[in-house]
Amino acid sequence: MWKRSPSTACAVSTSTDQGAGPAAAGPAFDPDRPYRCSPSVALRPEPFGALVYHFGTRKLSFLKTPQLLSTVQALADQPDVHSALVAAGVTAEQRPSYLRALAGLAASGTIEERT
Amino acid sequence: MKLVEHFQYGLNSPICLTWELTYACNLACVHCLSSSGRRDPRELSTAEAKGVVDELQKMQVFYVNIGGGEPTVRPDFWELLDYAIDHQVGVKFSTNGVKLDQKRAQQLANTDYVDVQISLDGATAAVNDEVRGPGSYVTAMRALENLAAAGFVKPKISVVMTRQNVDQLDEFAAIADKFGAQLRITRLRPSGRGADVWDELHPTAAQQRQMYDWLVARGDNVLTGDSFFHLSAYGEALPGLNLCGAGRVVCLIDPVGDVYACPFAIHENFLAGNVRSPGGFEEVWRSSELFLSLREPQTGGACRSCGFYDSCQGGCMAAKFFTGLPLDGPDPECVRGFGEQALAARSAEAAVPRSDVDHSRRGRKAPVALTLGVRPDKACETSPLVGTSADARLGPAAARA
Repeated sequence: MWKRSPSTACAVSTSTDQGAGPAAAGPAFDPDRPYRCSPSVALRPEPFGALVYHFGTRKLSFLKTPQLLSTVQALADQPDVHSALVAAGVTAEQRPSYLRALAGLAASGTIEERT
Repeated sequence: MKLVEHFQYGLNSPICLTWELTYACNLACVHCLSSSGRRDPRELSTAEAKGVVDELQKMQVFYVNIGGGEPTVRPDFWELLDYAIDHQVGVKFSTNGVKLDQKRAQQLANTDYVDVQISLDGATAAVNDEVRGPGSYVTAMRALENLAAAGFVKPKISVVMTRQNVDQLDEFAAIADKFGAQLRITRLRPSGRGADVWDELHPTAAQQRQMYDWLVARGDNVLTGDSFFHLSAYGEALPGLNLCGAGRVVCLIDPVGDVYACPFAIHENFLAGNVRSPGGFEEVWRSSELFLSLREPQTGGACRSCGFYDSCQGGCMAAKFFTGLPLDGPDPECVRGFGEQALAARSAEAAVPRSDVDHSRRGRKAPVALTLGVRPDKACETSPLVGTSADARLGPAAARA
Protein backbone atom coordinates (compact mmCIF):
# COMPACT_ATOMS: atom_id res chain seq x y z
CA MET A 1 0.00 0.00 0.00
CA TRP A 2 2.87 2.31 0.65
CA LYS A 3 6.51 2.05 0.09
CA ARG A 4 9.48 4.12 0.83
CA SER A 5 10.64 5.66 -2.34
CA PRO A 6 13.82 4.04 -3.47
CA SER A 7 14.43 7.21 -5.37
CA THR A 8 12.72 10.39 -6.26
CA ALA A 9 13.33 10.58 -9.95
CA CYS A 10 15.33 13.59 -9.08
CA ALA A 11 17.91 14.12 -11.69
CA VAL A 12 20.11 15.78 -9.18
CA SER A 13 18.88 13.92 -6.29
CA THR A 14 18.30 13.69 -2.79
CA SER A 15 18.93 12.14 0.49
CA THR A 16 16.04 9.81 0.00
CA ASP A 17 17.09 7.55 -2.75
CA GLN A 18 18.19 4.48 -0.95
CA GLY A 19 15.70 1.70 -0.81
CA ALA A 20 16.04 0.38 2.66
CA GLY A 21 13.10 -1.42 4.14
CA PRO A 22 11.03 -0.10 7.00
CA ALA A 23 13.00 1.39 9.82
CA ALA A 24 14.30 -0.64 12.70
CA ALA A 25 11.67 -2.16 14.89
CA GLY A 26 10.04 0.15 17.37
CA PRO A 27 7.13 -0.83 19.59
CA ALA A 28 4.79 -3.28 17.86
CA PHE A 29 1.90 -1.78 15.94
CA ASP A 30 -1.31 -2.23 17.90
CA PRO A 31 -4.46 -1.12 16.07
CA ASP A 32 -6.46 -1.22 19.28
CA ARG A 33 -4.51 1.76 20.56
CA PRO A 34 -4.67 5.48 19.68
CA TYR A 35 -2.22 6.74 17.03
CA ARG A 36 -1.36 9.96 15.29
CA CYS A 37 0.64 11.20 12.35
CA SER A 38 4.13 12.01 13.63
CA PRO A 39 4.65 15.73 14.29
CA SER A 40 7.88 15.41 12.27
CA VAL A 41 5.90 14.36 9.21
CA ALA A 42 4.33 16.54 6.54
CA LEU A 43 1.65 15.21 4.20
CA ARG A 44 1.06 16.69 0.77
CA PRO A 45 -2.15 15.55 -0.91
CA GLU A 46 -1.70 14.50 -4.54
CA PRO A 47 -4.12 12.86 -6.99
CA PHE A 48 -2.78 9.39 -6.14
CA GLY A 49 -2.88 9.88 -2.37
CA ALA A 50 -0.13 11.84 -0.72
CA LEU A 51 3.54 12.54 -0.53
CA VAL A 52 4.96 11.94 2.93
CA TYR A 53 8.06 13.68 4.14
CA HIS A 54 9.70 12.93 7.46
CA PHE A 55 11.74 15.93 8.50
CA GLY A 56 13.61 13.90 11.08
CA THR A 57 14.81 11.06 8.87
CA ARG A 58 14.55 13.12 5.66
CA LYS A 59 12.83 10.19 4.03
CA LEU A 60 10.23 10.60 1.37
CA SER A 61 7.47 8.07 0.92
CA PHE A 62 4.02 7.84 -0.58
CA LEU A 63 0.52 7.07 0.54
CA LYS A 64 -0.81 5.31 -2.48
CA THR A 65 -4.55 5.87 -2.06
CA PRO A 66 -6.57 8.91 -0.99
CA GLN A 67 -8.28 6.71 1.59
CA LEU A 68 -5.00 5.88 3.26
CA LEU A 69 -4.37 9.61 3.51
CA SER A 70 -7.82 10.09 5.07
CA THR A 71 -7.06 7.31 7.53
CA VAL A 72 -3.73 8.81 8.58
CA GLN A 73 -5.37 12.21 8.97
CA ALA A 74 -8.21 10.70 11.03
CA LEU A 75 -5.92 8.91 13.50
CA ALA A 76 -5.45 11.85 15.86
CA ASP A 77 -9.18 12.29 16.42
CA GLN A 78 -10.06 8.65 16.91
CA PRO A 79 -9.67 6.44 19.98
CA ASP A 80 -7.96 3.67 18.03
CA VAL A 81 -6.82 2.71 14.54
CA HIS A 82 -9.95 0.69 13.80
CA SER A 83 -12.11 3.77 14.35
CA ALA A 84 -9.91 5.81 12.05
CA LEU A 85 -10.40 3.20 9.32
CA VAL A 86 -14.17 3.42 9.79
CA ALA A 87 -14.04 7.22 9.74
CA ALA A 88 -12.10 7.13 6.47
CA GLY A 89 -14.69 4.83 4.93
CA VAL A 90 -12.38 1.82 4.59
CA THR A 91 -14.50 -1.30 4.06
CA ALA A 92 -14.13 -4.54 5.98
CA GLU A 93 -12.72 -6.19 2.86
CA GLN A 94 -10.01 -3.58 2.49
CA ARG A 95 -9.18 -3.52 6.16
CA PRO A 96 -6.41 -6.19 6.24
CA SER A 97 -4.39 -4.47 3.54
CA TYR A 98 -4.84 -1.08 5.22
CA LEU A 99 -3.72 -2.51 8.55
CA ARG A 100 -0.60 -3.87 6.87
CA ALA A 101 0.06 -0.48 5.33
CA LEU A 102 -0.42 1.26 8.66
CA ALA A 103 1.91 -1.19 10.37
CA GLY A 104 4.52 -0.20 7.79
CA LEU A 105 3.87 3.48 8.49
CA ALA A 106 4.31 2.83 12.20
CA ALA A 107 7.58 1.00 11.58
CA SER A 108 8.94 3.91 9.55
CA GLY A 109 7.90 6.49 12.15
CA THR A 110 5.33 8.13 9.89
CA ILE A 111 2.62 7.40 12.44
CA GLU A 112 3.15 6.84 16.14
CA GLU A 113 1.19 5.78 19.16
CA ARG A 114 -0.16 8.73 21.09
CA THR A 115 -0.46 8.80 24.81
CA MET B 1 -3.23 3.70 -12.14
CA LYS B 2 0.23 2.82 -10.92
CA LEU B 3 2.15 5.40 -8.94
CA VAL B 4 4.70 5.88 -11.68
CA GLU B 5 1.92 6.63 -14.16
CA HIS B 6 0.63 9.32 -11.84
CA PHE B 7 4.11 10.78 -11.80
CA GLN B 8 4.25 10.83 -15.59
CA TYR B 9 1.13 12.97 -15.63
CA GLY B 10 2.67 15.42 -13.21
CA LEU B 11 2.11 16.38 -9.60
CA ASN B 12 0.64 19.45 -7.89
CA SER B 13 4.16 20.38 -6.84
CA PRO B 14 7.56 18.92 -7.66
CA ILE B 15 8.76 16.06 -5.47
CA CYS B 16 11.95 18.01 -5.18
CA LEU B 17 13.75 20.45 -7.36
CA THR B 18 17.19 21.70 -8.15
CA TRP B 19 17.90 25.32 -7.42
CA GLU B 20 21.14 26.76 -8.68
CA LEU B 21 21.88 29.84 -6.63
CA THR B 22 24.66 31.32 -8.70
CA TYR B 23 26.58 30.81 -11.90
CA ALA B 24 29.73 31.92 -10.09
CA CYS B 25 32.24 29.18 -9.41
CA ASN B 26 35.81 29.00 -8.21
CA LEU B 27 36.37 25.95 -10.37
CA ALA B 28 35.97 25.38 -14.09
CA CYS B 29 35.10 21.70 -14.39
CA VAL B 30 35.31 20.58 -17.96
CA HIS B 31 31.93 18.84 -17.82
CA CYS B 32 29.98 21.52 -15.92
CA LEU B 33 26.32 20.94 -16.70
CA SER B 34 25.48 24.62 -16.31
CA SER B 35 28.58 26.13 -17.96
CA SER B 36 29.22 28.01 -14.75
CA GLY B 37 32.06 30.37 -13.92
CA ARG B 38 30.99 33.99 -13.81
CA ARG B 39 28.20 35.39 -11.69
CA ASP B 40 25.25 36.71 -13.69
CA PRO B 41 24.29 40.27 -12.73
CA ARG B 42 20.62 39.34 -12.99
CA GLU B 43 20.82 36.66 -10.29
CA LEU B 44 18.02 36.62 -7.74
CA SER B 45 18.56 38.97 -4.82
CA THR B 46 18.44 37.74 -1.25
CA ALA B 47 14.87 39.02 -0.92
CA GLU B 48 13.81 37.38 -4.17
CA ALA B 49 15.41 34.09 -3.15
CA LYS B 50 13.54 34.20 0.15
CA GLY B 51 10.36 34.80 -1.83
CA VAL B 52 11.04 31.59 -3.74
CA VAL B 53 11.50 29.73 -0.44
CA ASP B 54 8.14 31.11 0.74
CA GLU B 55 6.51 29.76 -2.40
CA LEU B 56 8.16 26.36 -2.01
CA GLN B 57 6.93 26.19 1.57
CA LYS B 58 3.41 27.03 0.47
CA MET B 59 3.56 24.40 -2.28
CA GLN B 60 4.95 21.87 0.21
CA VAL B 61 8.13 21.19 -1.67
CA PHE B 62 9.82 19.51 1.22
CA TYR B 63 13.37 19.88 0.09
CA VAL B 64 15.55 21.38 -2.58
CA ASN B 65 18.85 20.39 -4.05
CA ILE B 66 20.90 23.54 -4.06
CA GLY B 67 23.77 23.85 -6.45
CA GLY B 68 25.40 26.25 -8.86
CA GLY B 69 27.96 27.27 -9.82
CA GLU B 70 29.40 26.97 -6.35
CA PRO B 71 26.50 27.97 -4.11
CA THR B 72 28.64 28.71 -1.06
CA VAL B 73 30.42 31.60 -2.78
CA ARG B 74 27.18 33.58 -2.60
CA PRO B 75 27.69 35.86 0.39
CA ASP B 76 24.09 35.24 1.52
CA PHE B 77 24.34 31.45 1.12
CA TRP B 78 24.27 30.72 4.87
CA GLU B 79 21.45 33.17 5.42
CA LEU B 80 19.37 31.52 2.68
CA LEU B 81 20.19 28.07 4.04
CA ASP B 82 18.86 29.01 7.47
CA TYR B 83 15.84 30.74 5.94
CA ALA B 84 14.87 27.66 3.92
CA ILE B 85 15.26 25.32 6.88
CA ASP B 86 13.24 27.65 9.10
CA HIS B 87 10.47 27.49 6.49
CA GLN B 88 10.21 23.70 6.29
CA VAL B 89 12.17 23.49 3.08
CA GLY B 90 14.97 21.03 3.73
CA VAL B 91 18.22 21.65 1.91
CA LYS B 92 20.77 19.43 0.32
CA PHE B 93 23.52 21.38 -1.28
CA SER B 94 26.26 20.37 -3.64
CA THR B 95 29.64 21.93 -3.19
CA ASN B 96 33.23 21.47 -4.20
CA GLY B 97 34.05 22.10 -0.54
CA VAL B 98 35.88 25.38 -0.96
CA LYS B 99 34.11 27.10 1.95
CA LEU B 100 33.78 24.13 4.29
CA ASP B 101 36.41 25.04 6.82
CA GLN B 102 36.26 23.76 10.41
CA LYS B 103 33.92 26.52 11.51
CA ARG B 104 31.40 25.99 8.72
CA ALA B 105 31.61 22.22 9.16
CA GLN B 106 30.72 22.66 12.82
CA GLN B 107 27.86 24.99 11.92
CA LEU B 108 26.48 22.41 9.48
CA ALA B 109 26.84 19.62 12.03
CA ASN B 110 24.68 21.71 14.36
CA THR B 111 21.97 22.30 11.76
CA ASP B 112 19.03 19.97 11.25
CA TYR B 113 17.56 19.25 7.85
CA VAL B 114 20.69 19.95 5.89
CA ASP B 115 22.55 17.51 3.73
CA VAL B 116 25.91 18.17 2.16
CA GLN B 117 27.15 16.67 -1.02
CA ILE B 118 30.80 16.99 -1.94
CA SER B 119 31.62 16.64 -5.62
CA LEU B 120 34.50 14.33 -6.48
CA ASP B 121 35.09 12.93 -9.93
CA GLY B 122 38.15 10.83 -9.31
CA ALA B 123 39.20 8.59 -6.44
CA THR B 124 42.72 9.87 -6.99
CA ALA B 125 43.90 13.44 -7.43
CA ALA B 126 45.18 12.64 -10.91
CA VAL B 127 41.82 11.48 -12.23
CA ASN B 128 39.77 14.06 -10.31
CA ASP B 129 41.85 17.12 -11.07
CA GLU B 130 41.95 16.28 -14.75
CA VAL B 131 38.24 17.04 -14.88
CA ARG B 132 37.65 19.38 -11.94
CA GLY B 133 40.89 21.32 -11.99
CA PRO B 134 44.15 21.46 -10.05
CA GLY B 135 43.76 21.36 -6.28
CA SER B 136 40.12 20.34 -6.34
CA TYR B 137 40.81 16.86 -4.96
CA VAL B 138 42.63 18.27 -1.97
CA THR B 139 39.83 20.79 -1.40
CA ALA B 140 37.20 18.04 -1.42
CA MET B 141 39.21 15.84 0.95
CA ARG B 142 39.77 18.70 3.37
CA ALA B 143 36.04 19.43 3.40
CA LEU B 144 35.27 15.78 4.10
CA GLU B 145 37.83 15.72 6.90
CA ASN B 146 36.34 18.86 8.44
CA LEU B 147 32.81 17.44 8.27
CA ALA B 148 33.92 14.16 9.83
CA ALA B 149 35.82 15.97 12.58
CA ALA B 150 32.76 18.11 13.33
CA GLY B 151 30.58 15.02 13.60
CA PHE B 152 28.44 15.81 10.58
CA VAL B 153 26.45 12.65 9.94
CA LYS B 154 26.72 10.98 6.58
CA PRO B 155 27.58 13.59 4.00
CA LYS B 156 27.34 12.49 0.40
CA ILE B 157 30.22 12.10 -2.02
CA SER B 158 28.88 12.76 -5.49
CA VAL B 159 30.66 11.31 -8.47
CA VAL B 160 29.94 11.87 -12.13
CA MET B 161 30.86 8.63 -13.85
CA THR B 162 33.37 8.97 -16.66
CA ARG B 163 35.50 6.70 -18.78
CA GLN B 164 38.40 7.53 -16.45
CA ASN B 165 36.76 6.70 -13.13
CA VAL B 166 34.48 3.69 -13.73
CA ASP B 167 37.36 1.44 -12.68
CA GLN B 168 37.59 3.37 -9.40
CA LEU B 169 34.13 2.49 -8.10
CA ASP B 170 35.51 0.35 -5.27
CA GLU B 171 37.96 3.08 -4.35
CA PHE B 172 35.17 5.67 -4.21
CA ALA B 173 33.24 3.35 -1.91
CA ALA B 174 36.33 3.06 0.29
CA ILE B 175 36.70 6.85 0.47
CA ALA B 176 33.05 7.14 1.46
CA ASP B 177 33.55 4.54 4.19
CA LYS B 178 36.62 6.31 5.47
CA PHE B 179 34.70 9.55 6.03
CA GLY B 180 31.44 8.00 7.17
CA ALA B 181 29.91 9.33 3.97
CA GLN B 182 27.50 7.89 1.47
CA LEU B 183 28.50 7.42 -2.13
CA ARG B 184 26.36 8.87 -4.87
CA ILE B 185 27.12 8.25 -8.52
CA THR B 186 25.43 9.95 -11.42
CA ARG B 187 25.47 9.90 -15.14
CA LEU B 188 27.56 12.27 -17.26
CA ARG B 189 25.28 14.24 -19.52
CA PRO B 190 26.28 16.20 -22.61
CA SER B 191 24.85 19.34 -21.00
CA GLY B 192 26.59 22.69 -20.64
CA ARG B 193 30.34 22.29 -21.10
CA GLY B 194 29.67 18.56 -20.84
CA ALA B 195 28.77 18.73 -24.52
CA ASP B 196 32.40 19.58 -25.33
CA VAL B 197 33.84 16.56 -23.57
CA TRP B 198 31.08 14.00 -23.71
CA ASP B 199 32.56 12.06 -26.63
CA GLU B 200 35.80 11.59 -24.72
CA LEU B 201 34.48 11.19 -21.21
CA HIS B 202 31.28 9.21 -21.40
CA PRO B 203 31.70 5.57 -20.38
CA THR B 204 32.11 2.99 -23.10
CA ALA B 205 29.44 0.36 -23.69
CA ALA B 206 31.52 -2.17 -21.76
CA GLN B 207 31.89 0.29 -18.88
CA GLN B 208 28.16 0.87 -18.79
CA ARG B 209 27.71 -2.83 -18.25
CA GLN B 210 30.43 -2.70 -15.61
CA MET B 211 28.61 0.10 -13.75
CA TYR B 212 25.33 -1.74 -13.93
CA ASP B 213 26.86 -4.95 -12.59
CA TRP B 214 28.59 -2.99 -9.84
CA LEU B 215 25.34 -1.30 -8.84
CA VAL B 216 23.48 -4.60 -8.76
CA ALA B 217 26.22 -6.23 -6.69
CA ARG B 218 27.34 -3.41 -4.43
CA GLY B 219 24.85 -0.59 -4.91
CA ASP B 220 22.58 -1.13 -1.92
CA ASN B 221 23.79 1.91 -0.10
CA VAL B 222 24.81 3.88 -3.14
CA LEU B 223 22.64 6.75 -4.33
CA THR B 224 22.18 7.26 -8.03
CA GLY B 225 19.73 10.12 -8.36
CA ASP B 226 17.80 7.68 -10.50
CA SER B 227 20.14 8.75 -13.26
CA PHE B 228 20.96 5.31 -14.67
CA PHE B 229 17.47 4.18 -15.50
CA HIS B 230 18.57 3.65 -19.10
CA LEU B 231 20.70 0.77 -17.77
CA SER B 232 17.65 -1.06 -16.46
CA ALA B 233 17.28 -2.55 -19.92
CA TYR B 234 20.19 -4.84 -19.01
CA GLY B 235 17.76 -6.82 -16.90
CA GLU B 236 16.94 -6.20 -13.30
CA ALA B 237 15.59 -2.69 -12.81
CA LEU B 238 17.84 -0.54 -10.66
CA PRO B 239 16.25 0.96 -7.55
CA GLY B 240 14.34 4.07 -8.42
CA LEU B 241 11.31 5.26 -10.26
CA ASN B 242 12.94 4.62 -13.61
CA LEU B 243 11.37 7.48 -15.41
CA CYS B 244 12.36 10.87 -16.71
CA GLY B 245 10.93 13.28 -14.16
CA ALA B 246 11.61 16.44 -16.16
CA GLY B 247 8.74 18.89 -15.73
CA ARG B 248 6.70 16.07 -14.21
CA VAL B 249 8.13 15.59 -10.75
CA VAL B 250 11.33 17.67 -10.87
CA CYS B 251 12.60 20.87 -12.46
CA LEU B 252 15.36 23.44 -12.21
CA ILE B 253 15.31 27.03 -11.01
CA ASP B 254 18.45 28.68 -12.34
CA PRO B 255 20.29 31.61 -10.71
CA VAL B 256 18.35 34.26 -12.67
CA GLY B 257 15.02 32.62 -11.79
CA ASP B 258 14.47 30.83 -15.07
CA VAL B 259 12.61 27.55 -14.66
CA TYR B 260 13.77 24.66 -16.82
CA ALA B 261 12.39 21.14 -17.09
CA CYS B 262 15.52 19.64 -15.58
CA PRO B 263 19.01 20.67 -14.45
CA PHE B 264 20.52 19.06 -17.51
CA ALA B 265 18.27 20.92 -19.93
CA ILE B 266 19.38 24.53 -19.77
CA HIS B 267 18.23 25.49 -23.25
CA GLU B 268 15.43 27.71 -24.50
CA ASN B 269 13.52 24.65 -25.73
CA PHE B 270 13.12 23.51 -22.13
CA LEU B 271 12.53 26.92 -20.56
CA ALA B 272 9.11 27.00 -18.91
CA GLY B 273 9.12 30.52 -17.43
CA ASN B 274 10.64 32.66 -14.71
CA VAL B 275 9.90 32.91 -11.00
CA ARG B 276 9.84 36.71 -11.32
CA SER B 277 6.81 36.62 -13.63
CA PRO B 278 3.28 37.14 -12.26
CA GLY B 279 2.12 34.05 -10.42
CA GLY B 280 5.71 33.12 -9.62
CA PHE B 281 7.07 29.61 -9.57
CA GLU B 282 3.72 28.05 -8.78
CA GLU B 283 2.18 29.42 -11.95
CA VAL B 284 5.11 28.18 -14.04
CA TRP B 285 4.97 24.71 -12.49
CA ARG B 286 1.22 24.30 -12.83
CA SER B 287 0.45 26.08 -16.08
CA SER B 288 3.43 26.48 -18.36
CA GLU B 289 2.79 25.17 -21.84
CA LEU B 290 6.07 23.25 -21.82
CA PHE B 291 5.41 21.43 -18.56
CA LEU B 292 1.84 20.61 -19.55
CA SER B 293 3.10 19.10 -22.79
CA LEU B 294 5.73 17.03 -20.96
CA ARG B 295 2.93 15.63 -18.80
CA GLU B 296 1.02 14.30 -21.77
CA PRO B 297 1.32 10.58 -22.52
CA GLN B 298 4.55 9.86 -24.38
CA THR B 299 4.40 7.66 -27.44
CA GLY B 300 7.84 6.09 -27.28
CA GLY B 301 8.45 6.91 -30.93
CA ALA B 302 11.14 4.79 -32.52
CA CYS B 303 11.59 2.91 -29.24
CA ARG B 304 7.99 1.84 -29.03
CA SER B 305 8.49 -1.59 -30.52
CA CYS B 306 11.53 -2.32 -28.34
CA GLY B 307 10.89 -4.96 -25.73
CA PHE B 308 12.88 -2.96 -23.18
CA TYR B 309 10.94 0.28 -23.54
CA ASP B 310 9.10 -0.31 -20.28
CA SER B 311 12.45 -0.60 -18.48
CA CYS B 312 14.29 2.40 -19.88
CA GLN B 313 11.45 4.64 -21.14
CA GLY B 314 13.70 5.78 -23.97
CA GLY B 315 16.30 7.18 -21.60
CA CYS B 316 17.33 10.75 -20.89
CA MET B 317 15.75 13.64 -22.78
CA ALA B 318 18.72 15.95 -22.24
CA ALA B 319 21.24 13.32 -23.36
CA LYS B 320 19.34 12.90 -26.60
CA PHE B 321 18.79 16.59 -27.21
CA PHE B 322 22.39 17.69 -26.70
CA THR B 323 23.74 14.92 -28.90
CA GLY B 324 21.37 15.91 -31.70
CA LEU B 325 19.18 12.84 -31.45
CA PRO B 326 15.37 12.94 -31.72
CA LEU B 327 13.63 13.06 -28.35
CA ASP B 328 11.35 10.16 -29.23
CA GLY B 329 14.20 7.86 -30.24
CA PRO B 330 16.86 5.93 -28.36
CA ASP B 331 19.17 7.38 -25.72
CA PRO B 332 22.75 7.89 -27.03
CA GLU B 333 23.85 5.30 -24.46
CA CYS B 334 21.04 2.84 -25.22
CA VAL B 335 22.30 -0.48 -23.90
CA ARG B 336 21.19 -2.26 -27.04
CA GLY B 337 23.42 -0.04 -29.15
CA PHE B 338 20.64 1.78 -30.99
CA GLY B 339 21.93 5.10 -29.68
CA GLU B 340 25.38 4.54 -31.13
CA GLN B 341 23.79 3.65 -34.44
CA ALA B 342 21.71 6.81 -34.32
CA LEU B 343 24.77 8.91 -33.49
CA ALA B 344 26.66 7.37 -36.39
CA ALA B 345 23.75 8.06 -38.69
CA ARG B 346 23.51 11.77 -37.83
CA SER B 347 24.17 13.78 -40.92
CA ALA B 348 27.37 15.77 -40.80
CA GLU B 349 25.48 18.99 -41.54
CA ALA B 350 22.91 18.50 -38.81
CA ALA B 351 23.47 21.09 -36.12
CA VAL B 352 23.71 19.72 -32.60
CA PRO B 353 21.80 22.11 -30.32
CA ARG B 354 23.87 24.17 -27.92
CA SER B 355 22.71 26.16 -24.96
CA ASP B 356 23.04 29.89 -25.32
CA VAL B 357 23.37 30.17 -21.55
CA ASP B 358 27.10 30.17 -20.89
CA HIS B 359 28.83 31.72 -17.91
CA SER B 360 32.18 30.07 -18.48
CA ARG B 361 35.06 32.29 -17.57
CA ARG B 362 36.79 33.46 -20.67
CA GLY B 363 40.15 31.90 -21.27
CA ARG B 364 39.58 28.86 -19.09
CA LYS B 365 36.93 27.03 -20.96
CA ALA B 366 36.91 23.36 -21.79
CA PRO B 367 40.58 22.50 -21.92
CA VAL B 368 39.69 18.91 -22.69
CA ALA B 369 38.01 19.56 -25.98
CA LEU B 370 40.84 18.26 -28.10
CA THR B 371 43.04 16.05 -26.01
CA LEU B 372 42.15 14.87 -22.58
CA GLY B 373 45.07 15.64 -20.40
CA VAL B 374 45.88 19.10 -21.63
CA ARG B 375 44.83 21.50 -18.93
CA PRO B 376 45.73 25.10 -18.40
CA ASP B 377 48.13 25.60 -15.58
CA LYS B 378 46.87 26.67 -12.18
CA ALA B 379 48.11 30.18 -12.87
CA CYS B 380 45.62 30.73 -15.65
CA GLU B 381 42.76 29.92 -13.31
CA THR B 382 42.82 33.54 -12.31
CA SER B 383 44.04 35.23 -15.45
CA PRO B 384 42.24 35.07 -18.74
CA LEU B 385 45.47 35.86 -20.53
CA VAL B 386 47.61 33.01 -19.32
CA GLY B 387 47.42 29.43 -20.38
CA THR B 388 45.88 29.77 -23.77
CA SER B 389 48.74 28.05 -25.51
CA ALA B 390 52.31 28.05 -24.29
CA ASP B 391 51.38 27.70 -20.66
CA ALA B 392 49.42 24.52 -21.12
CA ARG B 393 50.97 21.64 -19.31
CA LEU B 394 50.61 18.02 -20.22
CA GLY B 395 48.48 16.07 -17.83
CA PRO B 396 49.02 12.43 -17.00
CA ALA B 397 46.84 11.14 -19.81
CA ALA B 398 48.74 13.03 -22.43
CA ALA B 399 52.04 12.17 -20.85
CA ARG B 400 51.22 8.50 -21.18
CA ALA B 401 50.28 8.87 -24.80
